[in-house]
Amino acid sequence: MKLMLHVAPEIVRQPLIASVILETAALVNIERASIDAVSGEIVIEVDPDKCKEVKAAFEDRGVRVVLLEIPVIRDENECIHCGGCVSICPTGTFRFEDWKVVADSGKCIQCGACVSACPQRALKLVLR
Amino acid sequence: MRSNVQEKSLSEINERIRDGNARVVTAEEMPDIVDELGTAGAVREVDVVTTGTFGAMCSSGVFLNLGHSDPPIKILKAYLNKVEAYGGVAAVDLFLGATQASEDRGIEYGGAHVIEDLVAGRPIEVEAVGAGTDCYPQLELETSLRLEDFNQATMLNPRNAYQKYNAATNSSDRTMHTYMGTLLPRYGNIHYSGAGVLSPISNDPNLDYIGVGTRIFLCGAQGYVVGSGTQHNPQDHFSTLMVTGDLKQMDTRYLRAATFHKYGPSLYVGIGIPIPVLNEQIAKNTAVRDRDIMTSVMDYGIQRRSKPVVKEVSYEDLKSGFIDLNGKEVQTSSLSSFFHAREIAGVLKSQVEKGEFLLTQSVTPLPKEARVKPMKQTKEFPNVEDVMSREVVTVREDIPIDQAARTIIGGSFDHLPVTSADGRLIGIVTAWDISKAVANGKTSRISEIMTRKVVSSTPDEPIELAARKLDTHSISALPVVDKQGRVTGMVTSNDLSRLFARRRLI
Repeated sequence: MKLMLHVAPEIVRQPLIASVILETAALVNIERASIDAVSGEIVIEVDPDKCKEVKAAFEDRGVRVVLLEIPVIRDENECIHCGGCVSICPTGTFRFEDWKVVADSGKCIQCGACVSACPQRALKLVLR
Repeated sequence: MRSNVQEKSLSEINERIRDGNARVVTAEEMPDIVDELGTAGAVREVDVVTTGTFGAMCSSGVFLNLGHSDPPIKILKAYLNKVEAYGGVAAVDLFLGATQASEDRGIEYGGAHVIEDLVAGRPIEVEAVGAGTDCYPQLELETSLRLEDFNQATMLNPRNAYQKYNAATNSSDRTMHTYMGTLLPRYGNIHYSGAGVLSPISNDPNLDYIGVGTRIFLCGAQGYVVGSGTQHNPQDHFSTLMVTGDLKQMDTRYLRAATFHKYGPSLYVGIGIPIPVLNEQIAKNTAVRDRDIMTSVMDYGIQRRSKPVVKEVSYEDLKSGFIDLNGKEVQTSSLSSFFHAREIAGVLKSQVEKGEFLLTQSVTPLPKEARVKPMKQTKEFPNVEDVMSREVVTVREDIPIDQAARTIIGGSFDHLPVTSADGRLIGIVTAWDISKAVANGKTSRISEIMTRKVVSSTPDEPIELAARKLDTHSISALPVVDKQGRVTGMVTSNDLSRLFARRRLI
């Protein structure tokens, strides 16, 4: 499962991920991280069994954690199944099934590449 | 008894369509039928093959007649929902092009969106400025119009239904945003367009049936082929069509506005052409499969008219989802919608079956010999070598920072290209890099502070492209390197601004 971590500037210098891994012994895969002067946004993938524990461990450290259940939504009336989102997605969220574009939201890391690539402006990231 | 060579007449087929007895299949179904029955058998069994395509067709637009105001106006400039329409056609005729961007929302809303809004029945705000003549005294106009309020709303698309299209990839180091969608760096993906097996002209490659006046399915309406499209290139299998149809009969299911990121608006146009199976040659042509239709993967990383061909592929390869480029599996995806192309071929099939769509004899054939000429450019624009400064000082990476600082002070420049022993460019140091290093108390070698990923130019690069590089990367100078990677000059934003200033004085 994917978790979006919002890290406040006060704690961004702390080795948060390392300490959570050591505490929970969870296998954590960092899928995306963007950190600047005012905020940090990290998307991690964790085993569903460990998800609750990892989420709690981050929250103990002051990190706001959002479970990315439906990270990207599609306006079905706008989508024309062109495929402009398929090959540009770094995690393979979209694919053709009998020439309809289907989404496996579980793979999305909210990078936003598809949002600008969609010629119909049919894709939106769910507010986090 | 029929002769061995199977033939049918168009009127025979139309007769059957009127009676509701025509045997119609889509171009996707036809290849198997021909495989099974042979061409002669297919001529006996099939009357009509329907095709379909649904893709972004930038070269599209509508003529709109607004009716006359009171007092009357001769429109000079007109805006529909803040999108400029061409007003230089009589008094109240406008041409609205699909790719025109709006004044207020930029490329997120353009001519294509106005067209879609009209077809969807939404009102459009019209603003116009008049010339003010004795016969047309009105100077300004503001009104709100729906599609039904126009006398005529006639779609006229100069170039649609490309027989096939080049696929696109990107060898450069940065993501490119093109009319072929988002192209990831270093051959990160391949985008293609066109319906392949369902493509109208690919099913009539010699234009045996499709000609001037051919009735077509155009965005849900019955439209017509006006003639060959612009850039019609039958010799290289890139034929195109100019088409027209009544916007008032169209359906947003088959006409959709789009915006390509950092490129602009475009219009997805749905076109279907039914092809009568008059003889064995046509049967054979309509049996075309994706694997028979070849196209080139072009490198859009090269921002020139002639883009290098990376690979020749078939639509079957493109539709497989992956193509091998130099040993790397590169993901492919389409930008046109095969899903909707198939729907259009299906809808057209049922319209022909129900007797709602009759086929036509063309008035005259389309040109079968035509090529696309490049633009004749009478004004020469300089290349980088014409403006670059040749007195470029380069340094080696092992010199200390203070020596680099002295070099910069001694010259009249603030970029120092760093080269290897054999003179090849390996980095760059700016006056700013040095100031920053000194401010941070670093006083070691420049190899520690130089930028290693240098954006550079070549002597034969047009200055327009060099200027765009400076802009895209927010930098102020480009080292110029020859084919061996050696630094031969430097082009700076100062060189370019001097050039533009001079040009304005002329």
